[in-house]
Amino acid sequence: MKKKSALWFLASLLVMISLLLSACGAPVATTAPAATQAPDTEVATEAPVADTVVATEEEPAEAPTEAPAAAVSPSCGTDPVVLNAYFETGFDIPFKLSEEFTKQYPNVTWDIKQDQFTNLINETPRLLSGDNPPDLIRLPTMVSFANQGLLMNLDEYAAAFGWDEWPVPQLNQNRVAEDGTRGSGSLYAMGLNYSLTGIFYNKELAAQIGMTEPPKTVAEFDELLAKAKEADLLPIMQWGSAKSGMGLAFPLQHLMAAYGPVQPINDWIFQKPGATIDTEANLLAAQHLQQWIENGYFPEDINAIEYTDASARFGKGEGVFIFNGDWQNAGYDTDMPGNVGFFLMPPLEAGGDPAAMSAPLTFGIAANAKNADCAAFFFNWIATDETARQIDVTIGGSNPGGPSGLTMPAVTAGSVTNETLAAGPVVGEAGTSMDFIANATSAIFAQGWTPELQKMVGGKQDAAGLLKAVQEEYLRELTQ
Amino acid sequence: MPAPSKSTMTSSETSDRPVATSLSRQIRKMVRRETIIGWLFVTPALVMYSVFVLVPLLLSIQYSFFRWDGIGPMTWVGLKNYQTVLEVPDLLGTIFNAFKLVAFFSFIPVSLGLAVASIIHRVATGRLGTVARTVLFLPQIIPLVAAGIIWGWLLALPGLINEILNAIGLGAFTRAWLGDFDWALPSVGFIGVWVLLGFCIVLLWTAMTKLDPAIYESARIDGASWFTEFSTITVPLLRHEIGVCLTVTIIAALAAFDIVYVATAGGPGNSTAVPGIQIYILAFTQQRIGLASALAVMLMVLVLVTILPIQRLTQEVSK
Repeated sequence: MKKKSALWFLASLLVMISLLLSACGAPVATTAPAATQAPDTEVATEAPVADTVVATEEEPAEAPTEAPAAAVSPSCGTDPVVLNAYFETGFDIPFKLSEEFTKQYPNVTWDIKQDQFTNLINETPRLLSGDNPPDLIRLPTMVSFANQGLLMNLDEYAAAFGWDEWPVPQLNQNRVAEDGTRGSGSLYAMGLNYSLTGIFYNKELAAQIGMTEPPKTVAEFDELLAKAKEADLLPIMQWGSAKSGMGLAFPLQHLMAAYGPVQPINDWIFQKPGATIDTEANLLAAQHLQQWIENGYFPEDINAIEYTDASARFGKGEGVFIFNGDWQNAGYDTDMPGNVGFFLMPPLEAGGDPAAMSAPLTFGIAANAKNADCAAFFFNWIATDETARQIDVTIGGSNPGGPSGLTMPAVTAGSVTNETLAAGPVVGEAGTSMDFIANATSAIFAQGWTPELQKMVGGKQDAAGLLKAVQEEYLRELTQ
Repeated sequence: MPAPSKSTMTSSETSDRPVATSLSRQIRKMVRRETIIGWLFVTPALVMYSVFVLVPLLLSIQYSFFRWDGIGPMTWVGLKNYQTVLEVPDLLGTIFNAFKLVAFFSFIPVSLGLAVASIIHRVATGRLGTVARTVLFLPQIIPLVAAGIIWGWLLALPGLINEILNAIGLGAFTRAWLGDFDWALPSVGFIGVWVLLGFCIVLLWTAMTKLDPAIYESARIDGASWFTEFSTITVPLLRHEIGVCLTVTIIAALAAFDIVYVATAGGPGNSTAVPGIQIYILAFTQQRIGLASALAVMLMVLVLVTILPIQRLTQEVSK
């Protein structure tokens, strides 16, 4: 693999030299290294994701063996390039970004295949190891693929484009160490943007129950939920069908972060040796969730509600609150323009730090991809090009990430995106962002969280049993 | 007897030997040609059958003895995968669920199908019968995935079925049918009844039309009631067809995937998880090809063990 990427590097170098020699004055060559200069100031407000994870374990970044010629960053060249891409059906961002990219770099065209996320989970190993490995692919999970040598190690690109200088946490979730733990080590994927979760609310209904400002503590939030119940409103709309996975994992994880620090949760997600989800703080969180269920704060048919149903019903005014992520912003703006607000899950004690789940919209390059340079250049372009960042925010609703110091693209007034974007830096500064507990292993959601939380709804599982059962499933999957 | 014939044969052979040998050779040639042509006709199906059925079957059996992620090296683990299936309650539970589904997918459609078919056969012989058969058979031509999605809507809490219950004053019985621990499996089973009933009716009705009307006539002259006719003539004479119905529907229940996957995906809390879904998750989500293959092989053995006695019983009687 190393040999191959070195070969590609040489090849692209040759292309560049020939370009320079022929004095084409290719626009690509001049625009490419947009991020090579280190950003001069560390603007904290830009950090979209927290500097949580494993900051202490920062590995000495593997210096690329072949020092890249500083002046020549990988690019798409000027010859026609067809990028072979696999995107997720139903998510517009990569499609819109690819259109815009071709507008700016007309020599690059796309061969895009798309599939549902659940199908992608199943197809990815075969796509990556097949005869026509994708240059760009939406990655549902990455550790096993990185271990199996199916994904391209992006360390050299990170050095060439200066991604290493970006605010740390952006890349951490896409790093895989040699022992197979995530959060540190070599870079195997990039995020198109960085999502953020929290609590969305129906402003009209919230006013009805006397909510004038977002709750500052879990206790205040509890009061609001009780008031909503008294007012005969559904306090929290949430999904829970096994078909889309159990949405109660969202409030549960937010409660976990309120009751305890985020580090142990991230350790568990990143499969650090000895990590467990069955901790005392998490038990309190699970008991709190169980209380919410028993109080009737969630829809009674939650076990049969799919994600899209929950979004639609919330959009029609059913439910005061919903735990979700900023990827749904565009949907909320369409369903209830100006009527949806957002706040971060409040801490347990007043003055504590709010926490949130945050994950990159992860894309990778196959180890044997034909146009890896161009794909890497595309990653860099998304985070640094003004139009691309604008698309990221408008269509995706999430923070585009990238080097610190870049201005945040403008958002329509009244859009809930304003509130989610403003919440990002709060979590970033506090260092309280987490990956998703549903992403710890490829099947922990389908085989652990979803059935056990559904049992809790059905009164067949309690808080302690839930954590124990999920931990057992986790260990079973890790030791397989 | 053999002697004279032999002599005649020899005499004829001696008389016109060249003709006979060329004839027999021609016949032999024709037979050989026919065999070759026959094999040629069979070959495409045989190739398809081996490539897409036999080879995967053998490979599955092979994989079930290994630990394998589908890409990397395979590690021999002997019978450990089978042991895991028997030890992990969630895996074994899927097999029990499959047998619960047999009641819905098989027994109800076959018994109800017999009753309905005989009513159609006896009462509705004209256009009404055709319409009834067509309507009841319709679910067969609707893709199961589409059927599953539609039933998902109908059985939802805000769905049509609960609305009807509310309208007729049975509001106390409304629930999220597919999200309820006690009712999800019966609800999935009910979708199965809806799908398979038409198949059984049409098959059994066709068989009934082939029965000699004289038997019924003589029974009626003897004053037999509908039920006596049904139990002493129809059912015994239809044993073979009932066996076919049972076989097909039991396999549909034990190997169920599409209806369950689209309706509940195994939820809530694994209460509708069947081996088909578990195999899919193990193989493709978890990349545990060995364990998935072991469960698949066990499922196949279970299907055979269940089906073979039924086959033998119905075959013997029909002979």
